[in-house]
Amino acid sequence: MIVDQVVELSRFQFALTAMYHFLFVPLTLGLTFLLAIMESLYVMTKREIYKDMTKFWGKLFAINFALGVTTGLAMEFQFGTNWAYYSHYVGDIFGAPLAIEALMAFFLESTMVGLFFFGWDRLSKHQHLAVTWLVAIGTNLSALWILVANGWMQNPVGSVFDYQTMRMEMVSFMDVVLNPVAQVKFVHTIASGYVAGAMFVMSISAFYLLKKRDIAFARRSFAIAASFGLASILLVMVMGDESGYEVGKVQPVKLAAMEAEWNTEPAPAAMTVFGFPNDQTMTTEAAVKVPYVMGLIATRSTDTPVMGIHQLIERNAVRIRNGMKAYGYLTQLRAGDKSPEVQAAFDKTKVDLGYGLLLKAYTNKVVDATDAQVAAAARMTIPNVAPLFFSFRVMVGIGMLLMLIFAYSFWQSARDKLQTQPWFLRLVLFSLPLPLIAIECGWFVAEYGRQPWTITDVLPTIMSASTLSVADLWTSIIAISAFYTVFLIIEVFLMVKFAKQGPSSLHTGRYHFEQQQDA
Amino acid sequence: MIDYEALRFIWWILLGVLFVGFAVTDGFDMGVGALLPFFGKNDTERRVMINTIAPHWDGNQVWLITAGGALFAAWPTVFGVSFSGFYLAMVIVLLALYLRPVGFDYRSKLDNTRWRKSWDWALCVGGFVPPLIIGVAFGNLLQGVPFKFDDIMRATYEGNLLGLLNPFGILSGLMCVAMFLMQGSVWLQMKTTAEMRQRASKYSLVFAFIVLALFVIAGAWLYMGIDGYALASVIDHNAPSNPMVKKVVVEAGAWMVNFDKYPVTQIFPLLALAGPVLVMLMSKFNRSGFAFLFSSLTVLGVIVTCGVMMFPFVMPSSIDPNVSLTMWDATASKFTLEVMTVAAAIFVPIVLAYTLWGYYKMFGRIDSKFVESNTTSLY
Repeated sequence: MIVDQVVELSRFQFALTAMYHFLFVPLTLGLTFLLAIMESLYVMTKREIYKDMTKFWGKLFAINFALGVTTGLAMEFQFGTNWAYYSHYVGDIFGAPLAIEALMAFFLESTMVGLFFFGWDRLSKHQHLAVTWLVAIGTNLSALWILVANGWMQNPVGSVFDYQTMRMEMVSFMDVVLNPVAQVKFVHTIASGYVAGAMFVMSISAFYLLKKRDIAFARRSFAIAASFGLASILLVMVMGDESGYEVGKVQPVKLAAMEAEWNTEPAPAAMTVFGFPNDQTMTTEAAVKVPYVMGLIATRSTDTPVMGIHQLIERNAVRIRNGMKAYGYLTQLRAGDKSPEVQAAFDKTKVDLGYGLLLKAYTNKVVDATDAQVAAAARMTIPNVAPLFFSFRVMVGIGMLLMLIFAYSFWQSARDKLQTQPWFLRLVLFSLPLPLIAIECGWFVAEYGRQPWTITDVLPTIMSASTLSVADLWTSIIAISAFYTVFLIIEVFLMVKFAKQGPSSLHTGRYHFEQQQDA
Repeated sequence: MIDYEALRFIWWILLGVLFVGFAVTDGFDMGVGALLPFFGKNDTERRVMINTIAPHWDGNQVWLITAGGALFAAWPTVFGVSFSGFYLAMVIVLLALYLRPVGFDYRSKLDNTRWRKSWDWALCVGGFVPPLIIGVAFGNLLQGVPFKFDDIMRATYEGNLLGLLNPFGILSGLMCVAMFLMQGSVWLQMKTTAEMRQRASKYSLVFAFIVLALFVIAGAWLYMGIDGYALASVIDHNAPSNPMVKKVVVEAGAWMVNFDKYPVTQIFPLLALAGPVLVMLMSKFNRSGFAFLFSSLTVLGVIVTCGVMMFPFVMPSSIDPNVSLTMWDATASKFTLEVMTVAAAIFVPIVLAYTLWGYYKMFGRIDSKFVESNTTSLY
């Protein structure tokens, strides 16, 4: 039998390590591009200040990058250590983008990052600039492949189940790569990383402007980040909308849950802007609804209904019964009865095999499930609504706020009026964590909203976990948390220390603290 | 295109290439890391050591990440069963690996003796523990590991961490550590100057000797005391991957059969025996480039010897030998192997090209004067 607690703890550990990892990834995505832009300006204008900017922001980037690399290791390891059946069941498809990611992106990023830091005196100007761009390209390519893999978890295209190997197998690589969910997520994710990087540079530059030191350096950095950030946040918004549309098409359960749509409404559906969803009573208290909006966003039409949770549960109960049949035929096939009738019957029902596997939570044989167990499994296909509903709204709310901040920053920085508005500089300074909060919320919606599946409609989370002991899990969770806590303290300490020093930490003699000493 | 059988063989070779690539490249930087508190007499010397590997360790580590990713893609079941079976051991490897990126990057950011000494030890652990445990894991693969499958191929592993630490497992672990330390010391010979370089030569002599001795002991032990696994039924090399339909027997001497069957493979154990001797000679005569070459060839010889012995097995099961995983019946589908082969054919040459360019650009020795005059731009 599957031990519930092992599954829960495995999920907890994965969530912990993934969300921690994603504190560092967005900054890497954004800062590498900003560094490439700054160094391009240096090569084009030959002004030393842009080189200093590349080096100084590169120093802060390095502190962040080290933890990105560190925590990335955990992600790859965990598929094998904690999700062994997942690895077996879908590795044929999921493994390929990861391997290609390593070959195409990690090697590039990691080799070039070494040359970026240590090659200043060994490479020509143009060679070094190329290296910096390659770091940025490598980082973004790595995001592409991991999101191809993740997109497939949300929308498993280009693959079929084979009963002989007892797993999903890839039939079209192109479908997996061009998966619309993956493509949209890729742009949405990298653009949100650019926003995080831009906000990071803007916030710290705002700090120098408030302190009235290294003004020229801070103003230039601020201006570059503000323009880059404004373009990026617009892209995030457009792609976020596109993402909502794709979710509506391929993951109606996730959409209904994050919007707390309990019942199918006549098209075009209204959108609940705010309220308090209650998972027990399956209603939303104090709901504030805006007519038509959800129908328009999710279906881009006025006549397509958006399925509600109650109706999805009914639909899924049917699929579960079909899945029971599929599991029965599968058992016959694996026991050696390969008659054409059984094969044909299996082929007809296997699309719902994953739904049959949901019953493994209640009965090992699946085919003997009672009506009550089918009903419970059908209810289980809906993730908890309230956490999804709220984190989605936090993400969107922060996104809108950020758009205002970037637009105003861009405008004021273009007019060169920033220093006369310390209130705004302070706001920018304290907005530093906002993109990261929105990004974490976004990932929470994407992954928690995928439950109870690891691979939507194909493989339930309860089946995916390795057969480990509860003690194993606690040991790893405690050890990893201890390491991560210490790392985070050290990281923040170093980041604050070098950010406070500013470009003086380069020891060029051109910046604030060193000039005071000279004077 | 290429048939399934050939693709399966190609991926057995490619995974071997990736593991050798990891052990050769990350081998030297982990070796340098493990030697850090012992070899480096003062902060400047330790900074010299770190800065010889500073531009390279991150790229080198990708060999390990790629080996993991390729294992996932090409042998998904092996990836799941091995990583989850060796759970706590893998977590320890992971924790040790954690220490490296932060260690390299944060160590020289502060000029504080205690801070730097702590990171030196962290880097030492990060260089010592991974080869130890990876070696232990290979030692256990050679003895078979206790896993079985249920009817839908969920794996259960019946061993534990202490079970891995059996005498032969520990011997392989130490052998792997010695190999990495040998790689680290020949690298230091090649990249440092004056007295440090002489010292690195002496270290190389010692570690090469230990590698040789442990390889001979392990070989004799395998020859006389450890039963191998052999197929007792024919596997269709072109059939869908299903490790549950063959017969396997456990018998003495089975691990040595391939060297008789394919005599050309004897070249690998010979390489592993001759390599350390040549490393000692080259170190003695200050030919550090050649010492590094022969040390790398030793690493290749040892790993391929291990692979050839087990061929076609990659993960034998001690409690249900019939479900042992082999490179014929535990691979990804034909189509996925095709896709991966195309990807490898395109990207491996590109990766090798820019990696070599990177080494070429950073070529040359590093001395104390250089690190003392560059306190902000180096580690």
